[in-house]
Amino acid sequence: MATLDPDEVRAPTARAVPWLRIGVIAALVVLAIGLAYVRSGSGVVVVQAVATGVLIGGVYGLIAMGLTLIFGVLDIVNFAHGSFLALALFLTFGLTQAGLHPYLALAASVPAMFLLGVLVQRGVLAGAMGKPLENQLLITLGISLIIENGLLLFFGANPRSVALPGDRGVPIFEAVANLSRILAFVGALILAGLLYLLLQRTRLGTAIRAVAANDTGAQLVGIDTRVIYAVTFALGTACAGAAGTLVAPLVTIEPTTGSLFNIVAFVVVVLGGMGNVVGALVGGLVIGLAEQLGGIYLPGQSPLLSVFIVFVLVLFLRPQGLFGRSA
Amino acid sequence: MTLLRVDGISKSFKGLRAVDEVSFEVAEGSILGVIGPNGAGKTTVFNLITGALRPDTGRVHLAGREITGHVPHQVTAAGMTRTFQLMRPFYSMTVLENVTVAVLAGGAARRTARTAAAELIERVGLGRWRDAPTEGLPTAALKRLELARALASKPRVLLLDEVLAGLVPAERAPVMELLERLRTEDGVTLVFVEHIMAAVMRLSDSVLVLDLGRVLTSGAPEEVTRDPRVIEAYLGEDPHAHA
Amino acid sequence: MTTTTDTPAAETAAGRPLPRLPWNRHLVAIAVLAVLLVPLPLILPAAQASVAVRVLIFALMSIGWNMMSGFGGMFSFGHAAYFGIGAYACAWLLVEQRVSPWIGMLAGMVIAAAFAALIGFLALRYKLRGAYFALATFAFAEMLRLWATNSDFVNRAVGYHVPLRTDSSWWWLQFEPSSPNYFWIALGLTVVALVVSVQFVRSRAGQFTKAARDDEEAAAAVGIPVMRYKLLTMALSAAITAVAGAFYVQYFLFIDPDLAFGSSVSIQAILPAVIGGVATIWGPVIGSVVMGPLNDVTATMLRNPPPALEFLQGRSGLDVIVYGILLIIIVLVLPKGIYGTIRQRWSRR
Repeated sequence: MATLDPDEVRAPTARAVPWLRIGVIAALVVLAIGLAYVRSGSGVVVVQAVATGVLIGGVYGLIAMGLTLIFGVLDIVNFAHGSFLALALFLTFGLTQAGLHPYLALAASVPAMFLLGVLVQRGVLAGAMGKPLENQLLITLGISLIIENGLLLFFGANPRSVALPGDRGVPIFEAVANLSRILAFVGALILAGLLYLLLQRTRLGTAIRAVAANDTGAQLVGIDTRVIYAVTFALGTACAGAAGTLVAPLVTIEPTTGSLFNIVAFVVVVLGGMGNVVGALVGGLVIGLAEQLGGIYLPGQSPLLSVFIVFVLVLFLRPQGLFGRSA
Repeated sequence: MTLLRVDGISKSFKGLRAVDEVSFEVAEGSILGVIGPNGAGKTTVFNLITGALRPDTGRVHLAGREITGHVPHQVTAAGMTRTFQLMRPFYSMTVLENVTVAVLAGGAARRTARTAAAELIERVGLGRWRDAPTEGLPTAALKRLELARALASKPRVLLLDEVLAGLVPAERAPVMELLERLRTEDGVTLVFVEHIMAAVMRLSDSVLVLDLGRVLTSGAPEEVTRDPRVIEAYLGEDPHAHA
Repeated sequence: MTTTTDTPAAETAAGRPLPRLPWNRHLVAIAVLAVLLVPLPLILPAAQASVAVRVLIFALMSIGWNMMSGFGGMFSFGHAAYFGIGAYACAWLLVEQRVSPWIGMLAGMVIAAAFAALIGFLALRYKLRGAYFALATFAFAEMLRLWATNSDFVNRAVGYHVPLRTDSSWWWLQFEPSSPNYFWIALGLTVVALVVSVQFVRSRAGQFTKAARDDEEAAAAVGIPVMRYKLLTMALSAAITAVAGAFYVQYFLFIDPDLAFGSSVSIQAILPAVIGGVATIWGPVIGSVVMGPLNDVTATMLRNPPPALEFLQGRSGLDVIVYGILLIIIVLVLPKGIYGTIRQRWSRR
């Protein structure tokens, strides 16, 4: 008789929409916003923080969706995710220097990162599939070191920026958000929606979900898991690539910019439940908010600190994430 | 004298009752065989009384002391050690090192631990594998290693989870002899989960039958195996067939 | 076949001598190596001597990491936390309180050990494993970095400069920049760390930790209080890495939040052990010997690049790229590391 693992028994209920949990999260978010208002005493500050947080949170969600997809299917903690984003940032920068509109760079950054993802997975990571987790972690760490420092080597550490033609402040209630920020949010949501449809409605998506649930079983029904691994990893890096182009007008472009997003994406992934794609999107919004509201709670501290505090709390109190693990 | 007393322990996993009000007693120096179809809750009972899992209800007493809710290393320190159904050696170590660690954990001095471990290894008949890495050891040797490691803590009660499974009949006899010697020479009390009925019949003073997490019946081996409920629990599968 | 192991073998084998343990050989090797290395800074030109010191700093960090993540099997991606605590404790006490760096080093070790035990307790209490454990350690190191960057208590992002002295002093751990004393001190600290790690692995605590790494449940079943020994291992590991941080400050005379707590510091603690061989006594040392000089080689190359790569002049990053490539190759080709692989071949013969 096998020992019953309490975690195994939970699976069948995962399909139902967890309304209670969504309610609790919503209540917590409202509470957090309320406390921020009490702390700051200024409605404008809070509205601004919420607007900024939600907008950037959508982008975090897209980045984290890629990361969580890779984790769910390949069981890899991809430390190189942020560096793919950095690569896309520099690609976007290069293309805009050549006169291209920043958003048209998506047509280059997404396929380029997809292709690079395939190459990296087939060329490097495939050799370590099924090996201990540390091996894959170290390999992706190596990849991130190479990409990040390759950028440093070729482009130097000088910060760069991309200007969106016609960018301006757009009033939202009492707050103001840059058009580029709003467009990044909208673009991220659209892409996230497309990825979700791809996973839920296409044959490829079904195959990916099958491999995530049980790779031996998927193999038995004739799915070529090697192809699925490569495609999934590439889809993940393509998400990072798309996000890179979308945020290019918002951030200072440096080789290390990617690692900041990487850190946040990890937090989001754990928050949403490792391997849970929808959870990643919700987690992204929550973390975007936490970051901005944290700036109000802990004035003078880096907004990232509150992200990490949320992270550690989630790790300890709810390591399976807000929505549990499922791909 | 009762050495191990289990009173009404239960455990549920997400509403599923894996172990339901199981009670039994084991007298010092006796051998209790635990049988039951797959999924009857045998290993879960072991996990509950050794502290690997915490029971929802019920109590466990060892030599008059309550050990309910103790964590595994405390249970071992209190005098009850278990082996694992699937062999779980310390894979980076040789057989000798495996047993030495266990001897050290029992409180022996570093100076004497290796000699004591070597003696235990001879005793369970693992001598020729003593300096071999555990990687690549045959099942029979790994089963004996489990036994040697468990003995290292000088237990008063030894819980054996299918020590004979995976052994060919020729390999079983010496292990059974060893178990009998443990009782007669060392006075160790044994509780063993086993599918191989011949071994249960030969070794046990009494037999406990579990089915669907409950005690179906208990008593002398001959009585129990003739009990129609036992035969039915095995779903028409003759409990003697394994032998 | 296995039945024959029973009686006859038992009798003939009873008097067989036990295999010899390698620990004393390790200790002898450490002693010999230490003695051989003592004249090194007197022979080497100044630039090479500083490479040698850097090798020793790498080795110290990585010996610490290896204890927790190699022998203990708890993969830390946040040893920068302990390195940084060592560095900041030393710098803060020296700059703000005029306390000797030796005492600062001890204080750093104690604080780092306590911090590690706290993180460890939380991580083990909440049963974090694998990726989650690594991410948690990473998060704590990053939190310290962010806190240090924004906290007046430790001078924010500016960090600390060690005040320069006009004289050489052992008590204040400061000499002329080219003094061989730096090398000797680093060598002494590394030797102590190596001896500690040998003694640790052969000790009860070390053996229990290895057993718990191999199989936690089985370890508990033979009576090992797993949690206690894991925490002990983490604390010891952190203390050793903290020594590296404290020495680093005194040698480079400067520390800031990124140099102390940055994720690249954690990587520098991991790499030597991975390259040399995780969970081996000599792995971190051998890996450091490989890594230390690389930095120098690439820096020289970037100062005077070959004509085809003229545009790279004065750039940085090449050293880390080489680390990254090395890391991938080692993990794919020699997962047991250089020393681990050699040792395995040796014992198979």
